[in-house]
Formats: sequence, C-alpha cells, structure tokens
Amino acid sequence: MSIFESIKISIQMLLKNKMQSFLTMLGIIIGVMAVVIVMSVGASSQEFILNEVKTIGTDLIGVLPGNSKGAPSSAMGIVNTSLKYEDGEKILNQNNSNIDTLAMYVQGNTKIIAGENDLNISFSGSTENYMIIQKVEIAEGRFYTKEEEKNYSRVVVLGSKVAKDLFGDQSPIGEKVKIKDLSFKVIGVFKEKGSSLTQDQDNSIVVPIKTAQKLLLGIDYINLMRIKVVDESLIDETKEDIRSVLRESHNIDNEDEEDFTINATATALESIEAITNAMTLFLVAVSAISLIVGGFGIMNIMLATVEERISEIGLRKALGAKESQIISQFLIETIVITFLSGLIGIILGIFVSFIIYEVIILLGTNWFFIIPFWSVIFAAFVSIGIGLIFGIAPARKASKLDPIEALRYE
Amino acid sequence: MLIKVNNLEKQFSNGEVVTKVLHGVSFNIEKGEFVSIMGPSGSGKSTLMHILGFLDKLSSGEYLFEGEDVSKLTPDELAEKRGKKVGFIFQSFNLLSTLTVLENVTLPLIYSNVKEKDREKIGKDLLERVGLSHRLDYNPNKLSGGEKQRVAIARALVNNPEVIFADEPTGNLDSKSGFQVMKILQDLNEKGNTIILVTHERITAEYAKRIINIKDGLIISDEKVVNRQIAKDNNELLK
Ligand SMILES: Nc1ncnc2c1ncn2[C@@H]1O[C@H](COP(=O)(O)OP(=O)(O)OP(=O)(O)O)[C@@H](O)[C@H]1O
Ligand SMILES: [Mg+2]
Repeated sequence: MSIFESIKISIQMLLKNKMQSFLTMLGIIIGVMAVVIVMSVGASSQEFILNEVKTIGTDLIGVLPGNSKGAPSSAMGIVNTSLKYEDGEKILNQNNSNIDTLAMYVQGNTKIIAGENDLNISFSGSTENYMIIQKVEIAEGRFYTKEEEKNYSRVVVLGSKVAKDLFGDQSPIGEKVKIKDLSFKVIGVFKEKGSSLTQDQDNSIVVPIKTAQKLLLGIDYINLMRIKVVDESLIDETKEDIRSVLRESHNIDNEDEEDFTINATATALESIEAITNAMTLFLVAVSAISLIVGGFGIMNIMLATVEERISEIGLRKALGAKESQIISQFLIETIVITFLSGLIGIILGIFVSFIIYEVIILLGTNWFFIIPFWSVIFAAFVSIGIGLIFGIAPARKASKLDPIEALRYE
Repeated sequence: MLIKVNNLEKQFSNGEVVTKVLHGVSFNIEKGEFVSIMGPSGSGKSTLMHILGFLDKLSSGEYLFEGEDVSKLTPDELAEKRGKKVGFIFQSFNLLSTLTVLENVTLPLIYSNVKEKDREKIGKDLLERVGLSHRLDYNPNKLSGGEKQRVAIARALVNNPEVIFADEPTGNLDSKSGFQVMKILQDLNEKGNTIILVTHERITAEYAKRIINIKDGLIISDEKVVNRQIAKDNNELLK
C-alpha cells in the first residue's frame, strides 16, 4: 500500500466524521496558531524597536552627565550639571580623525505664540551640526550658523507640524514668534519626519544651544552630547578617546569617579536584539507546551478511534493487512490530522498576526507585518512531529488486535 | 492435497477459565472440492473455519496447507496467506461503510500491492459477474442484504484465492437471495474453486458435494452428499 493511498484513506476517514475531526484538531490548531502569532509579533516588535534605534543611527556615541553605575541621578530628582558646552568644544578641538561631527543638546518645554495662535511644545537647544546628527532636512529657509549659535541669536527652526499649526499654509520664514516672552525670528522649517519612540521631531522646535541655556532655561550645563563617528567600526576606539578627554577636562583619574556616561547605539542595538530574542523564545516555549497538550488530546482521541474501529481493523487484517500496514495506516492518519491542523493553525496565525498589524497601524504606530519564514516551517514540522510521536501508541494498539476478536466485535 | 488436518484441537483460555472447543478433528480437503461443515450452534464450526482461514491459531495437532505447516508461519506470512490464498464470506457481510462498493471489493488488493488501475479493472469485472456493475459507487449501507453478500463474494474472489470460506453466508438473507448466493458458490466450484461452507442447516449444506458433520468439537460423520441440491435446476427460485 502506497503512502499516497494511506493518506487518501485517512482523508476519507476525516471527512466522514467532520465534527469529531475538527474537535480532534482543535488543540493542535490553537497551539500552532499561537506559535505563529508569537513568532510574528516577536519578530515585528523586534523590527520595530531596531528600526527606532536605527533612525537615531548606529554610528553615534552618546555622552550623558552622571555616572551610569549606581542609581541614575535623574531618577532621584537630582539634576546633573557635570557636562558643559566646553566639554564638547574640547572634544572637537582634539581634531580626532575618527569623529565626523558632534552635537550638543539642552531640552525643555515651552509655550510658543504666533499672533493669535499658541502651542505647548518641547524644544531643543542645539549646535550647528544638529541636522547631520538628527538626520533631518530643511524644507524651507535655513538652519542657524555657527555665529548665530555662539552669539545668542534669537532664531528658531520649526518642526513641520508646529509651522502648520501656527501659520497654516502661509510661509513662516521671517515671521516673529514669542517664546517665554522673548521674540524669536523663524529662519527655517524642517521637512516632515514622522514620529518615533524617542522623539517627535515634527512637533518640536530648535534654537541655538547658548540661546536656550541662557535665555530660556537659565542653566550652564548641557543634557546630552552626540558624536558621529566616521565608521561604525571605530566606535569602541573613539569612546575611549572621548573618555580620556573628558577625564582630563574633569580632573578624574579613576572609573568610579567619572561624572559622565558614554554609550553607543550600536551596542544598545545588540542588547535589544538579545532581549527581544529571549522574549520571543520564551513565548514560543509557552505556546509549544500548548502544542504538546494538543498532542496528548490527539493521542487520546486516536486511541478511542481504534476502539471504535475494532471491527474495521479486524476485517482489514482478515483481508490480508500486515501489522506494519495497519501501523502505517493509523500513523499516517494521525500525521494527516496533525499536519492539516498545523496548516489551518498557520493560516489562522498569519491571519490573526495581520489583524494585529492592522490594528496597531490604525492606532498610529509604525508597526511591521513580519511572518518569519522559519516559524512557518517550524510549525509545520512540529505538527508532523506531534502526529508521529502521539500516533505511535494508537497505531501499535490497532496493529496488535486479534483479527477474530475484532471480527466478533460488533 | 490442499488442506490436511490432523488431530486438531482448540481451546480458549480467558484467564482461569479454559473452554475446549475442538477435541481433535482430522480430515483432508482436495483442490476443487465443495465441502460443508455442518453442525449445531456452538459446535465449533466457525472456530474451525477461522483456523483453516489463518485467522486463528490451533492449540495442538497439525494443519498443513498446500503441504506447509501453518503453525510455523510468521504473522506477516499469515497475513499474506489470508490476503492471497483464501477469501472470506461472513454471515454479517463485514463491508466497510466508509468505502464504496467497488473500493470494498478491491480492498484486499491494496494489501497485496496491486496498482490502483489494475485494481479497478479487477473489481469491476467481479462486480459484473455477481450482477452489481450498476452499484459500483454505492455506499454498502444502501444495498439490500443479498446485494451486500454478493459484494462480499466479489471481494472474496478478488485475489483469485485457492479456497473460499463462507460462514453462514445465507444466515441473514431471505430464501431467494440465499439461493442466489448458493448458485454463485456452485458456479464458482464448477469453474474449479475450492469452497468450504459453514452452516447449521442440512438443506444449505447439501449444496456442497461433501458434508463434514461436527458436534461438540468432534467429527461425527464425513460423507458425500447423495441428493445434492443443484441451484441451476431450481427453476422456481431462479426467476
Ligand atoms: N474467544 C473465545 N473464548 C471463549 N470461548 C469461545 C471463544 N470463541 C468461541 N468460543 C466458544 O466456542 C464454542 C464454539 O463457537 P463457534 O463460534 O465455533 O460455534 P459455531 O459452531 O460457529 O456456532 P454458530 O452456529 O452459533 O455460529 C462456543 O461455545 C463459543 O462460546
Ligand atoms: Mg459460527
């Protein structure tokens, strides 16, 4: 008897008892579906997070005030003032050939007024290289110059949404806006960028860093420094260069006393990947358990089926079926059931993942629809494997039936 | 010699309880014979037939089929003999309702590895011989008892067996259908098939050429049929 024939017999059996077959299959369907969904959502969220990090750039080094070891001071309400504008200047003055550019930042929130309109927004004070580091472009007008950065110019570049909310379709270039009762001149508008996890570029404004420090915030320190290296491979080396400049500048000679933290998005990326992988693996393991439970369900039902079909099995043996042929018939029957369940589970899993994707997109997040190819292969093989493992006991039981006993049984 | 049985005994043991059914029977059956095994209910007819048909094992004694000691056969060899050497016709038809009439007939061919195309042809030819070529795709449940038994006969013939065993083949049939079945069996015997018929009725047994009469697991007589029933001479029931 060919495998093809056995499969045909199995499908006939399944169709004969549609409702029972469906209930038999349910456990596996749900298990496989769960695996596919978990893997899809896992892969999608990983892609989402990585994408967010990548928009910042993987060739960037960040420098924050305060020591990363021990509790973060900001969490305890302490403002860390250890990083200064001059620190950035010193790094730049090294003329380190690994360093492409550097930008410094201060941040705050404010109200901005233009004529009748006003908005509450967040603002950044930054240096002239802001646009390179942030990967933004000017849609209209220009960005401020080094001179304007240094001499406390009251100029502002608006995010696309801010420009639209304040000025509608009119060009804001050259117009005056009021920030904290001071008059600023609009010199540029950024191109639309879309929001990301870390920043809503379109809904914020940028002014020269010194202007922000002195006129808007009244501080003499900076919140953040970002350094772009020439090539990603130089990150570790450059981090050490920066560390030595800052140690010298702050008169520090051991690690525990460092009042700054240097980190790199590239390393952050790796750890994010590792974390999301671990998370996905965990969830897959959880859904795999439901698959095993489904497997036991199938085994029980197949054992009951053997009981129901004693006379059929006896007849088949009386007509010349060998034990091995009965075993393969029942085994193939179980595998066909689990494989079909797997197939249905995969299709439903993809379908549900797609719905999840659609819903998240509707909620306004830049989500991804990813079905990892290997998750489908994995689910298919696992469901066949379950049929193989849990089909053995019923198949053996059927093959060992005595043909007479089976024929007598009515 | 097709079948040679020597002092065959059979007992069933269910735990403590041992039931002795056959107490030592001996006989020979030649190729081409038509033998009835007759006896009252519980006398051990079916038990004997199951042993002869490789469905059950003897407890002691000897059973040679075509000169081969059946007790020495492996389970796979027994399965092969069941598939190729013998055909069974049961009182309760034993057709599978999950299969069509044609598929039921060709089922034994699956296990003897005949290709699907050839199977179909063999099955159709046989169903034509038993007058059921218009019922190929029927579900067996939709057939009358007589038709069911004719399907079972076609199935029994499908592997061109040496012997056809029929255990009370007319037991569930009205007299006319029963008669038709007996006619087919006699026709087959004319063409050279060996037939072993199990029955408790003398009238049915007399369609055979020889009757082995058993009672309480022992042969009480083994003789030729003098006034044989000939199906094709019975004009009344032939219509
Ligand atoms: N598996 C078994 N275990 C115990 N006893 C059995 C078993 N099979 C058959 N018997 C007994 O053996 C005896 C003979 O049974 P068998 O079926 O051979 O009778 P039979 O002559 O075919 O009767 P009938 O005409 O009613 O079919 C009966 O008493 C029956 O109860
Ligand atoms: Mg009987």
